[in-house]
Amino acid sequence: MKTSGWFPRTILGVGLTFLYAPIISMMVFSLNNSRLVTVWDSAHSPTLKWYGELLGNDEILGAAWLSIRIALIAASGAVVLGTLTGVALARFGPFRGRTLMVGMTTAPLVMPEVITGLALLLLFITLQQAIGWPHGTGMVTIILAHITFCTAYVAVVVQSRLVGFDESLEEAALDLGARPGTVFRRITLPLVAPALVSGWLLSFTLSWDDLVITQFVAGPGSSTLPMVIFSKVRLGVSPDVNALATIMVLLVASGITLSALWLRYQYRRRERDLQLAAAANQ
Amino acid sequence: MTQNLQTESLRARRVVMGIPLLWLLLLFLLPFLIVLKLSFSETRLAIPPYAPLLEWLGGVPHSALHISNYAFLFTDPLYISAYLYSLKVAIVSTFYCLLLGYPMAYVIARAQGTWRTVLLMLVVLPFWTSFLLRVYAWIGLLKHNGVINNILMYLGLIHQPLTMLQTDFAVYVGIVYSYLPFMILPLYANLEKHDGALLEAAADLGARPFTAFVRVTLPQSIPGIIAGSLLVFIPAVGEYVVPSLLGRTDQLMIGRVLSDEFFENRDWPLASAVAILMLLLLVIPIMLFQRSGGRELESHH
Repeated sequence: MKTSGWFPRTILGVGLTFLYAPIISMMVFSLNNSRLVTVWDSAHSPTLKWYGELLGNDEILGAAWLSIRIALIAASGAVVLGTLTGVALARFGPFRGRTLMVGMTTAPLVMPEVITGLALLLLFITLQQAIGWPHGTGMVTIILAHITFCTAYVAVVVQSRLVGFDESLEEAALDLGARPGTVFRRITLPLVAPALVSGWLLSFTLSWDDLVITQFVAGPGSSTLPMVIFSKVRLGVSPDVNALATIMVLLVASGITLSALWLRYQYRRRERDLQLAAAANQ
Repeated sequence: MTQNLQTESLRARRVVMGIPLLWLLLLFLLPFLIVLKLSFSETRLAIPPYAPLLEWLGGVPHSALHISNYAFLFTDPLYISAYLYSLKVAIVSTFYCLLLGYPMAYVIARAQGTWRTVLLMLVVLPFWTSFLLRVYAWIGLLKHNGVINNILMYLGLIHQPLTMLQTDFAVYVGIVYSYLPFMILPLYANLEKHDGALLEAAADLGARPFTAFVRVTLPQSIPGIIAGSLLVFIPAVGEYVVPSLLGRTDQLMIGRVLSDEFFENRDWPLASAVAILMLLLLVIPIMLFQRSGGRELESHH
């Protein structure tokens, strides 16, 4: 295949600059001494004072801890539900309710968040009136809401992974007398394992990051990190948010770099094992 | 064999598809039915602030339908203009997203080995960092004494700071910026599958590269264009964060109107009617997305 011409390559450069300039500028100004965020105070900068201030901010730390707990539970729940959905869609052929299931797993991917948030809150209130549960809104309702929209993403990831493998492995195991449960545990699950990992990480990120749906279903006293950040930045730029953003970007970047390196290591090892096996066979 | 799998594991199958189906029915479909019902309800000064969805009159369940909320939406110009403005913002942003995203996806799809992986990662990486914080970063760039104005003034290109924050321009920038990966990924998934032999054949038959692109590559990439555009357009119509942080204060988008009706005015039936009308506007794009988009989206994870 030929490489592209100068025009699309220029646009790629412009696009990447566009994607990264705001993030980099935010990181640079997190080291700025001045409260006037965008005016560089060269006499006293760079400084880490906003990072120090961040560590002493109990509101932000508390919200971050709440967000982490919610994201951990929501991502795990979504992986279970999303895997079941993905397996059903990829492996069960046509069944009654399949169209409905496809609809309910693709619609959340694009549904405007204000609509989903409103709908979920009204559901929780109706449920509370009808059966007395959930008791008010808070962490539980946030988790239920997050599981629901993350499930759709996990289902797409798992389904596309399964579609990539044909069913012959599972069929062979069944022919050899394995029970369906065993086939699922020993064959299907290991096949989709990488999709489970990326689905979990994706769900964790989406849950950790969600503002709009959370705002609807959160109760008093359950402010997540995005809610605290939003109420701060609504009033304008604030330097400790720059520091917070920098920490988050660095964490994500190192996480992704590490996982990419790990994947490459696994791949290389597999290649080497295959070569060794081939050599041994000769 | 498939036959075996179908007969032996009928019960397991029922559990596997039953659990998520039940969950989605309860937490995705049912909520929308409640919104629909509530949009035909009356506002009351009570907790919760609406007339009960079902009332028992003489032992018979009775449910009143009022269209007053919808009537109100069509009489007050605020709502119509918010809908139209949201459509305009979504269309324009989707167009710019495509304009920027297509060439990017094209180069990535034609890049070799490691380069391709690195470029793809560079595009996806921002998606993994906070959406809210990335939009917030633009405040610092766009505001009156912000980075862009400072640079332009330092270079002597302008003498007065430009007003960029709280304009349509800022909203376009914010939406294009935050949804760009959603445009690039389905396009990339499509362009990557193209057969290079077709372009070679076109070249052999005397087509210039540009002609070959317009006649061969572009028509083949239409499913990717549609999927990417819908993936940007549909959420953009209801976008809340970007216009709240970067947008105009004199013209609201419909997502903000819904949220204000709900949280500020506590008019839940009206907020529900706003949501239902927004859904009606989006139902065709959403169905289109389910047909084309799902498939294009699946291949990149």
